[in-house]
Amino acid sequence: MTKTASKTRLSRRTFLVSGAAAGGGLALGFHVPGIKDAIAQQLIGAQGSELGGAWVVIKPNEDVVIRIARSEMGQGTLTGLAQLVCEELECDWNKVSWEYPTPGQNLARNRIWGDMSTGGSRGIRGSHDYVRRGGAAARMLLLQAAAEQLKVPVAELTVSNGVITHAKSGRTTTYGKVAAAAAELPTPDMKDIKLKDPKDWKVAGKPAKRLDTMDKLTGKQLYAVDVTLPGMLSASIMDAPVYGAKVRSYDEAKVKAMPGVRHVVKAGDTAVVVVADTWWQANQGLKALDIKWEEGPNDKVSSESVMAFLKEGLDAKDGVFVGNQVGDANSAISGAAKKLEAVYYSPYQNHACMEPMNCVAKVTADKCEVWVATQNGDGSLAAAAGASGLPPAKCEVYKYHLGGGFGRRGMQDYVTRAVQVAKQIPGVPVKLIWSREEDMRQGRFRPVGLCKMSAGLDDKGDLVGLSMRIAAPSILAYAAPSRLENGKDFIAFQGLNPQGAEGQFGYTVPNLLIEHAMRNTHVPPGFWRGVNTNQNAIWLECFMDELAKAAGKDPLEFRRKMMAKHPKHLAVLNAVADKIGWGTPPPAGVTRGIAQFMGYGSYVACAAEVRVSDRGRLKIDRLVLSTDCGHVVNPDQVVAQIEGSVAYGLGAALYQECTLKDGRVVEENFDTYPMMLMEAFPKIETVVMPSGGFWGGVGEPTICVAAPAVLNAIYAATGKPIHTLPLKNVSLRT
Amino acid sequence: MAKLNVNGKAVDINVDGDTPLLWALREQVGLTGTKYGCGVAQCGACAVHINGQVQRSCSIAVKDVKPTDRVVTIEGLSPNGSHAVQKAWLALDVPQCGYCQAGQLMTAAALISKKPKPTDADIDEAMTNICRCGTYQRIRAAIHMAAGNSKG
Repeated sequence: MTKTASKTRLSRRTFLVSGAAAGGGLALGFHVPGIKDAIAQQLIGAQGSELGGAWVVIKPNEDVVIRIARSEMGQGTLTGLAQLVCEELECDWNKVSWEYPTPGQNLARNRIWGDMSTGGSRGIRGSHDYVRRGGAAARMLLLQAAAEQLKVPVAELTVSNGVITHAKSGRTTTYGKVAAAAAELPTPDMKDIKLKDPKDWKVAGKPAKRLDTMDKLTGKQLYAVDVTLPGMLSASIMDAPVYGAKVRSYDEAKVKAMPGVRHVVKAGDTAVVVVADTWWQANQGLKALDIKWEEGPNDKVSSESVMAFLKEGLDAKDGVFVGNQVGDANSAISGAAKKLEAVYYSPYQNHACMEPMNCVAKVTADKCEVWVATQNGDGSLAAAAGASGLPPAKCEVYKYHLGGGFGRRGMQDYVTRAVQVAKQIPGVPVKLIWSREEDMRQGRFRPVGLCKMSAGLDDKGDLVGLSMRIAAPSILAYAAPSRLENGKDFIAFQGLNPQGAEGQFGYTVPNLLIEHAMRNTHVPPGFWRGVNTNQNAIWLECFMDELAKAAGKDPLEFRRKMMAKHPKHLAVLNAVADKIGWGTPPPAGVTRGIAQFMGYGSYVACAAEVRVSDRGRLKIDRLVLSTDCGHVVNPDQVVAQIEGSVAYGLGAALYQECTLKDGRVVEENFDTYPMMLMEAFPKIETVVMPSGGFWGGVGEPTICVAAPAVLNAIYAATGKPIHTLPLKNVSLRT
Repeated sequence: MAKLNVNGKAVDINVDGDTPLLWALREQVGLTGTKYGCGVAQCGACAVHINGQVQRSCSIAVKDVKPTDRVVTIEGLSPNGSHAVQKAWLALDVPQCGYCQAGQLMTAAALISKKPKPTDADIDEAMTNICRCGTYQRIRAAIHMAAGNSKG
């Protein structure tokens, strides 16, 4: 039977019943008290009538279950997507719950829920259209069914909060009562559906409470690392600290005699895993294993050797890609009245999700299942298939909320490893947890980079030429080489593009050259919240302040003069300038800095107030951040993302650096890789200013402007530009 | 074997005495609300109360916990999430990913029990838990709210 044939023979209701039965059987297998219900909530297909292209399930008791295909990692997408569906469905928000469809169901149903990957701040902006259509289609079906039951024309019905009213006869019915009949009607053509104008929204666009808060306050929320299955073993892993080195030897006999240890197995050529009754026992075994890896040329790589490698790229002719070019920047700069040059450095950085990488896997001869926190359910399914050797149709992925993602959990290396281990112990579920040290060593790091900024000013202090030469590894070359465009990594130019809705350069410069010298090392790079907007914004916006000073101009005025053709960039910049009181005297001892950028479809800016003491101690008093993300689905969650992005972006700029010695990452825990804590976190004010007409991202865009605004405020205090990060390595004494 | 008093109940667990309390709670007692974040008392995701004091359970061996020591985890902080900090956290929608929040809540609850009206400086000193999502501003506001401080 082909897939298509099988699909047409199953009615929607048949699917639901069989899906629920399978899920129910699964859920009953869990043995830890209190866990069963939570698991069931997340895994079982809701029982009721499925509507709207499978986005909505309505139960006879009026409860509405909304399917969420994207992953929730704290960014609030789950609640926002539910608001959008509810808005078109016209159901009662207080009766809304949610569930994750599984990637296996998505595959079996011809990807009915679309793309499950959750990255690039696309959770809402990449699916708002079709989920709203799903909600609207469900509403149309419910109204049609009600019209048939009440024997009235559908046009005479109105609906509010799931209650359908026929005003002429004074009769009402409800979604719960007509849902079963509605599920038998043919789904309307999705593309013909007219969606509401956002200005008419009642549920979307409002600060609804998150749907996932309560269980996170009581310990009930299950993360993948909390999954417990009957007969489950736990495992700890150590992969080659010098990436790619093959395992040469390890002391299996000694470790197998240790308490609780059941298996010592290899995962791939480079990793060894100890499997025990508990994770603590497994990790004790791993520490005693004395693993040796083969030696190779990468053993000699250090932060210094990487720096020399990147420096070569600053003036090289080969392996160089152009991202933005206007006129002839080099000639303009060489002929300019005043020239300025600076080389900036940004280190490797780790995601350091609070929940270390982990995955539970169970493999039998004809089935591979994984329980995992993933930013890409489809990718996890593919990884499970690849590592188990089974076709994707015989694999399944059960998704859990992520204890942090930030891009790290878009990579599937941890799923692959868990399946590689479980495959060697058939039928036994294995929970593989990375120790914090292993998580730090086996990152997919935000790329190191050097950037040479060169510019020329004319005799009036106007910018006549700007050149930006980035020398850095390419994320795409490692993580997704098929997305390179004639070898070029377009993501290297985030926020620096000549045009486009994703991340446009916000200044008009008569002569401009922005290039990327791709210099790949053996250290695996990855997508890290904000990705390359982080470094690109710091390099551009800090250099803008150096240029303004050289021109004898106010940093805000210097920028504004080049932004007339970029009104949205300018509007967010003006907003933070106004709110912080730019142009008025700051409090005594306080200096200000400002920055703007664009990424992920949104325009963002930040203004900072800092104090730098004579002894060089920094105190960040206050930040104002603005965003124009087009449409806002949940303003309170936009504010939450802005606040959170500051901690991630500023923490990186202030404290974080992964250094390399003997080919391996040195920093293995939070004692050497510090985080921003409460005490250092500044007061944040936000200006959410959606101008409508487009859908920008929210989770990432503001991350990149906090750091340059703070660095510019420090520059205003000390008069010394900051070229090297993290800031902990720089003396601020004046 | 070890005897513990967890959330008011005596439990017997079969565990090596060197096992950190965190892992005994998670793997033997079956209470997974207490989280592993770093294993070296840096992040606070594993914070529990022992006799009313906040402690980082990753760095306390089971053998150093007496059967009479009262261990309270997030699951035992209150019935049904009704502790003042839990209510304030809910009112302000504090959590994002939520992974660190059990530790944040246990630390905040211990702070308020010691200092019923904490100042910002008290909060800075007590709240040294890591939150990678950056919920610090809301945590601060929620502590003030839970304490009934006017600025909350």
